[in-house]
Amino acid sequence: MTNKTCYQLKSLIKRQNANFALHIHRLDVLQGDVLALLGPTGAGKSTLLRLLAGLEPATAGKICFDDAPLLAAEMTLATRRRITMVHQRPLLLGGSVRMNVEYGLRLRSGQNRTQKVDAALDRLGLTPIAAQAAHTLSGGQTQLVAMARALVLEPEVLLLDEPTAHLDPAHVALAEKAIRQICQTRQTTIVWATHNLFQARRVANRTCLLLNGLLVEVGPTEAFFTNPAEPRTADFVQGRMVY
Amino acid sequence: MTPFSAAEFWSILRLSLWISGTAVLISSLVGIPCGVWLGMSRRRGKRLLAAVVHTGMALPPVVVGLVLYLLLSRSGPLAFLDSLFTARAMIAAQTVLALPFVVGITMAAVAAAPAELPLQLRSLGASDWQCRWTILREARHGVLLAVAAAFGRSISEVGAVLIVGGNIQGHTRVLTTAVVLETGKGNFEFALALGGALLLLALLVNLFIVGFSGGRPPA
Repeated sequence: MTNKTCYQLKSLIKRQNANFALHIHRLDVLQGDVLALLGPTGAGKSTLLRLLAGLEPATAGKICFDDAPLLAAEMTLATRRRITMVHQRPLLLGGSVRMNVEYGLRLRSGQNRTQKVDAALDRLGLTPIAAQAAHTLSGGQTQLVAMARALVLEPEVLLLDEPTAHLDPAHVALAEKAIRQICQTRQTTIVWATHNLFQARRVANRTCLLLNGLLVEVGPTEAFFTNPAEPRTADFVQGRMVY
Repeated sequence: MTPFSAAEFWSILRLSLWISGTAVLISSLVGIPCGVWLGMSRRRGKRLLAAVVHTGMALPPVVVGLVLYLLLSRSGPLAFLDSLFTARAMIAAQTVLALPFVVGITMAAVAAAPAELPLQLRSLGASDWQCRWTILREARHGVLLAVAAAFGRSISEVGAVLIVGGNIQGHTRVLTTAVVLETGKGNFEFALALGGALLLLALLVNLFIVGFSGGRPPA
């Protein structure tokens, strides 16, 4: 992790509908950070990730990426390719698992595709099913393929929307290890939305809590869990109902 | 005595394939991009355009033939093309009839792709064109169905090609107009045989299309 800011969010508002709006007064994500986004269903985690990916425009406020304003409508392809997102319900393309993992590399006409794809498949334990048709996979396998097709791109920023929600503990460990590896070797900035408090504590160096579209608290993971500044955070991490 | 020689039969068959094949090719080149654009578009007015395209699927061939006849006739605005009673006019008529099928079915196939797919492709680094191409590839079975339907519409069409082609022996006589002619002359057996050849041709083309879609029938 460096001291250089990757994302800077100021007075950000995203109005989804009459009942929900995401409000973030201030949030900085440093390069190489692994930031865990915690919060109940509907808190705004996925909305925030989409904004960070430049997939949706903000209603008001400012997002800066690498010190430049991130505007969804004006985002260049080069900037977009620095950020990769694994969606909550990943959609795979027709064809084999290997073809899906290779997809992003083919878009970029990258070199050493075969070696990179082999490595990504191996890292996530997908080598035995590499030739299998993607539409025959289980929910968990689909998530692993979605993760492999994102990791193979070695992005500067990786946005993960509950990427291990359908995985068994062994595969969760495998996925976390693969993501940790890329984070260490590439200094990738990761924003990881999860419902799993233990996972957040394992993988993130900083953690934040979203409730009803509001950023309640953000801080170093250890302090967040052991000595939270906000009573609502304390209630949340101790499993008490706060929403 | 058979009404046609073998050479003439093959010439009719070749001309039928040439005219319908060209019409399907033109309508695919124009209609597939239009269908993809309409299928992915979230703009206002899309529903109205979709309704227009669907209405085009119900275009009466004789009306299309009549309008083209009036446009291409000596007193029509397109008389300078000198295309009436030629294969070109028949191709134009079949293209007009096939185009709404290509656009409409492609549009439906592309629109059936999950709404989230373009976003997920973009988050993997796809440009707008790469995104459209990938969605078209995902909808390829539907697109092949569109091409098959357009070919079926073209090869079996009789009203329009009879009006603008004139059923001239050796020039504009195709399988359907030959069936009409032979039926009129009372050569029912030969007319039925020509109808069988027409069906066989349609079957062969559809088998080719199924083969092209990886052995899976387009659906």
